[in-house]
Amino acid sequence: MPIDIDIAKVARLARIGLTAEELSHYEEQLQVILEHAARVQALPTDGVAPTAHPLPMVNAFRADEVEPTLDRDEVLAQAPDTDGPYFRVPPFLDE
Amino acid sequence: MDPADLSIAEAGARLRSGDFTAVDLLAAVRRRASMTEAILHAYLTIDADGATAAAEAADAALSRGEDRGLLHGIPIAVKDNMVTRGVETTCSSRILSGYVPPYDATVVERLKAGGAVIVGKTNLDEFAMGSSTENSAYGTSRNPWDPDRVPGGSSGGSAAVVAVGSALGALGSDTGGSIRQPASLCGVVGMKPTYGLVSRYGLIAFASSLDQIGPITRTVGDSVIVFEAIAGHDPSDATSYRGDLPDARADLEKGVKGLRIGIVRELSGDGIQPGVAAAFQETLDRLRDAGAEVREVSLPSTEYALSAYYLIAPAECSANLARFDGVRYGPRIDGASVEEMMSATRRDGFGPEVTRRILLGTYALSAGYFDAFYGQAQKVRTLVSEDFKEAYAEVDVLVTPTSPTTAFAVGERADDPLAMYLSDICTIPSNLSGDPAISVPVGLDDDGLPVGFQVLAPALGEGVMFRVAAEVERLSGFDGRPALASSEGAA
Repeated sequence: MPIDIDIAKVARLARIGLTAEELSHYEEQLQVILEHAARVQALPTDGVAPTAHPLPMVNAFRADEVEPTLDRDEVLAQAPDTDGPYFRVPPFLDE
Repeated sequence: MDPADLSIAEAGARLRSGDFTAVDLLAAVRRRASMTEAILHAYLTIDADGATAAAEAADAALSRGEDRGLLHGIPIAVKDNMVTRGVETTCSSRILSGYVPPYDATVVERLKAGGAVIVGKTNLDEFAMGSSTENSAYGTSRNPWDPDRVPGGSSGGSAAVVAVGSALGALGSDTGGSIRQPASLCGVVGMKPTYGLVSRYGLIAFASSLDQIGPITRTVGDSVIVFEAIAGHDPSDATSYRGDLPDARADLEKGVKGLRIGIVRELSGDGIQPGVAAAFQETLDRLRDAGAEVREVSLPSTEYALSAYYLIAPAECSANLARFDGVRYGPRIDGASVEEMMSATRRDGFGPEVTRRILLGTYALSAGYFDAFYGQAQKVRTLVSEDFKEAYAEVDVLVTPTSPTTAFAVGERADDPLAMYLSDICTIPSNLSGDPAISVPVGLDDDGLPVGFQVLAPALGEGVMFRVAAEVERLSGFDGRPALASSEGAA
């Protein structure tokens, strides 16, 4: 059974700008992979709890104490564009 | 004997007895790299200055009587998805080209604290997604036993450098078999620890609930040495295990007499290459002769494990890789708005396999499909873990071939993502369950290609896992080096 994929929407959600040709190429490949992956639906799982993580654990936070962080200038030196102590990006909002 | 051909244990003993220095050992490993790299392309970066300084420091410390342990002065390579302060870390992706991390991953810190000499960074499939290194943005590494073939992946560079002696050991990372499969294809030992035993801090995340760092070495004993050096609680990793570490060493010499070894019905039949099946059977016979009780067990959910994995891993990857957006690191392609900039940057920065998995994961997590795909995959994950628990009520360890095939030709599976995915069938279940597993080389097939034998154990069962692995190593007597590693072979 073909799987319903709105590939343009998926690419937009993933923020990957693809051409129409690339979109249809990936859509075909996703069809094949998802048809195989959809086999998981054949397994009866009523009453089975999902596992998100192999270890049964709750959040393991450290004590809330101030510790040294990475050097700001060193971190900013890796950014494509900065403005003083900030990362700089193109406009977020329309006028 | 060339020091580059020694195990970590032997090299450490000879360093201490004064046969050679850490600087000599590093020079030997570099000679090996200069002999083989033109063919293998296993290193992305060789940190010449950093390694020299570390080797000199290791010698100076030893001469002062300061011994930092079994990795003191030992040249180790690190997969290029673990950050190294001041040394470029690319994850084999264009989206991180030129990235120089401001900190060391916890495993790198631990290696350095243990006196190890970090030789350089090894090639991988981009973001560790792949089984061949063919997805690297910086070129495919080659198998040392036959350069027309892949070294496996994603930790193919790490496996190849250990196979030829251009490092005495290496770190890899394993999300679905990425340590064990390349170890198998390159004829070395690769081990994935119990999830949580080794910190993931500074490992560039692919699928956080599956990723685990582990050693690639020439011997099982060396695997224990590197495992002991990198394992332990780390407050910087919220999924780091807080309990006592399993004793990996205590039972190494005990053999397998009286142990119950399970072969997995679902992983020993169809699709296993004849040479692999023969080597597997021969090893089983030897284990039986050595006093192990071999019986068959069933993991009925296994046939769904692969499908579940290829939903869970892409789902987590699509979330983890959202951070590569042209804002904080890596190159940027300009755009009029932030969305245009990010879409252009990510389009340019990610290769086809990474793009495919991000799209797959985004789809599996999107509204309307979540329950049918990701939610269902998580339930299958529970069933896989329950299968293992039931099996371990009957047997002490499970064994399978590591990979259904030996090394395949470069390009052979590059255009068929599903065929590439299917090669991970024997390794994926233990990532889903979080249990430890190790691949040990047991011989060469008729084409002269190495075959790996996998030993799986329950969570925190590193002791019995290493015990069986050590016996497999002794019984098989495999100690081969590819011809490429000798000067005649390279000439």
